[in-house]
Amino acid sequence: MLQVFPDVKGRFGDFGGKYVPETLMGPLQELESALDEAMEDPSFLEEYHHVLKEYAGRPTSLTYADKMTEKLGGAKVYLKREDLNHTGAHKLNNAIGQALLAKRMGKEKIIAETGAGQHGVASATVAAKFGLECKVFMGEEDIRRQELNVFRMKLLGAEVVSVSSGNGTLKDATNEAIRYWVANCEDHFYLIGSVVGPHPYPRMVRDFQRVIGDESKKQFRQMEQNDPDRIYACVGGGSNAMGMFYPFLEEKSELIGVEAAGKGIDTPEHAATLSKGTPGVIHGSLTYLMQDENGQITEPYSISAGLDYPGIGPEHAYLFKSKRVRYESITDEEALDALKLLTQTEGIIPAIETAHALAQAFKEAKEMSPEETILINLSGRGDKDMSTLMEHFQEEV
Amino acid sequence: MLTKTSFQGKLTKTENLFIPFIVAGDPSPEMTIAYALRLQEEGADILELGVPYSDPLADGPTIQRAAKRALNAGMSLRKAIELVPELRRHGVEIPVVIFTYYNPVLQIGHEEFFRMLEENGAEGVLIPDLPYEESEEVRNLAEASNIEFISLVAPNSDQRIKQIAEHARGFLYCVSTLGVTGERNEMSADALRFIKKVKEFSPVPVAVGFGISTNDHVKLVRDHADGVIIGSKIIRLIESNLESIEKGNSDEALDAFSKEIRTLVQ
Ligand SMILES: Cc1ncc(COP(=O)(O)O)c(C=O)c1O
Repeated sequence: MLQVFPDVKGRFGDFGGKYVPETLMGPLQELESALDEAMEDPSFLEEYHHVLKEYAGRPTSLTYADKMTEKLGGAKVYLKREDLNHTGAHKLNNAIGQALLAKRMGKEKIIAETGAGQHGVASATVAAKFGLECKVFMGEEDIRRQELNVFRMKLLGAEVVSVSSGNGTLKDATNEAIRYWVANCEDHFYLIGSVVGPHPYPRMVRDFQRVIGDESKKQFRQMEQNDPDRIYACVGGGSNAMGMFYPFLEEKSELIGVEAAGKGIDTPEHAATLSKGTPGVIHGSLTYLMQDENGQITEPYSISAGLDYPGIGPEHAYLFKSKRVRYESITDEEALDALKLLTQTEGIIPAIETAHALAQAFKEAKEMSPEETILINLSGRGDKDMSTLMEHFQEEV
Repeated sequence: MLTKTSFQGKLTKTENLFIPFIVAGDPSPEMTIAYALRLQEEGADILELGVPYSDPLADGPTIQRAAKRALNAGMSLRKAIELVPELRRHGVEIPVVIFTYYNPVLQIGHEEFFRMLEENGAEGVLIPDLPYEESEEVRNLAEASNIEFISLVAPNSDQRIKQIAEHARGFLYCVSTLGVTGERNEMSADALRFIKKVKEFSPVPVAVGFGISTNDHVKLVRDHADGVIIGSKIIRLIESNLESIEKGNSDEALDAFSKEIRTLVQ
């Protein structure tokens, strides 16, 4: 029996907590009180679910991938279609929840960090919808590889702040967003995009993403009169995975989180935090991270901007240590192959992040029996990745 | 109080304190020693020796740049602690406070960390991302090792001010404004009211830092607090002399530095 986490100190077992400068302790306390109150208020949850339904288009479908199943010749493959969510990924679920909370707290300005740009787009979208001012911090390198999303954010009326420190990726954008929040916490709400950061963020983001798992469970039980044997999700910070896994933690389904192995976990260029990292503190939370022997955080690498992060949410660190979830890693090449396979077999172009979960699932499905079932969280669609995909597949298509 | 800590033993006064911050290894360990000596000559009472970190959440661009230079020069938490006996050998007598983010401490391990501080003769430690609620074990180990664990309070610490201040050791670091480190133009009236409130609860000297960059700030803070902490401004002075150091004119750089510090804290 799993304990209810986080505990009062914001811990998931040994992990989590609040390792932040003193200036953020006040704002985090304020956030926690407001969150507790909102989550107890039926009218808040009603509004959240109403917006998910009327605006985001939920529930998203659960698709039986018959052609893929046939091709793999093993377990039955189901896809939870977060790519059909408004703005094209699961990120919007969380952005809606936090934006409603920001409004409830009387904060008119939001800030966000983004890697792939999906969370930035989700934040810019809710800012437009709810009349909030929005600033998105994004690494220089990510701005380059996610050009389309940068334009989307600007079109939605958000300001995109280019971050040049470090490698100019998600870690650096998060640092800069936190620094900006420290200086402007009185009237700004920091809308974090994954289950990372100091307490209560990991819990809040999970609770705003669990709708993925809640819906999946209901839909799957209707279609198969059972729970899936295995459930797969890609893991950057870990929000789509946590959202999918959380409602299944006490069920019998095997849960598999898939990290980015970049050019291979035996090279220095990967983002496989749990496979290769060690415990430490990053962005205010005690969790696993990639670091050198002196405790300096190292730069990760992945072809997918959304997985290119050297840390992972503290609840995943706990689920890894307690072995409730199995974590695997998939290279750039394997992900791209899976992406192409799904695209040409089912007519669904997934995000490169998502393709990591697909690759692991396809590998395993082949070895499973036709009576068995698997569910893959299709966290987002690939439209944002077209320029990267063009570089790779131009000659083949 | 039965015995004084070695920090208190080394501190020659408890008001009008000048507490400079420099980053170990910026631009080299040798220059860190030279700058520390110059700061002592100009009246520094406590040295905050910063340990460079890859992801300094509480720091603005100036200290980020210093950290980058020091990391490029190979500095680490272990090496910074081992620099303390070198500082002593060259004549630094004032108490030294190691200023480090928490992750490097965690990697060394709490007990080994305090053993190293004690063995190398550091008198204090300040960990900006280890707030009161997360610091119990570290505070207890510090106490047992005769090391002062320096706490921070911020203008928005509210009800926590009393709790933090009452447990303060060494000196209490008052963050004057919300935000990251960096030079600022003004000190607000709110900041002064906040300092007054902190002083009511603190058993140790109250020093003010973040944004202090002119002689006027220094004078104003002196009137209201027991000490002034200057970081980014000093780093910028070091930065402005990097070229002459590279050209081999260290003495010239150091003399220029001393003169600037004198004007800043006079
Ligand atoms: C489609 C998609 N999937 C997954 C992720 C990874 O984030 P998380 O691990 O928080 O779900 C991202 C992040 O940008 C994304 O855009």
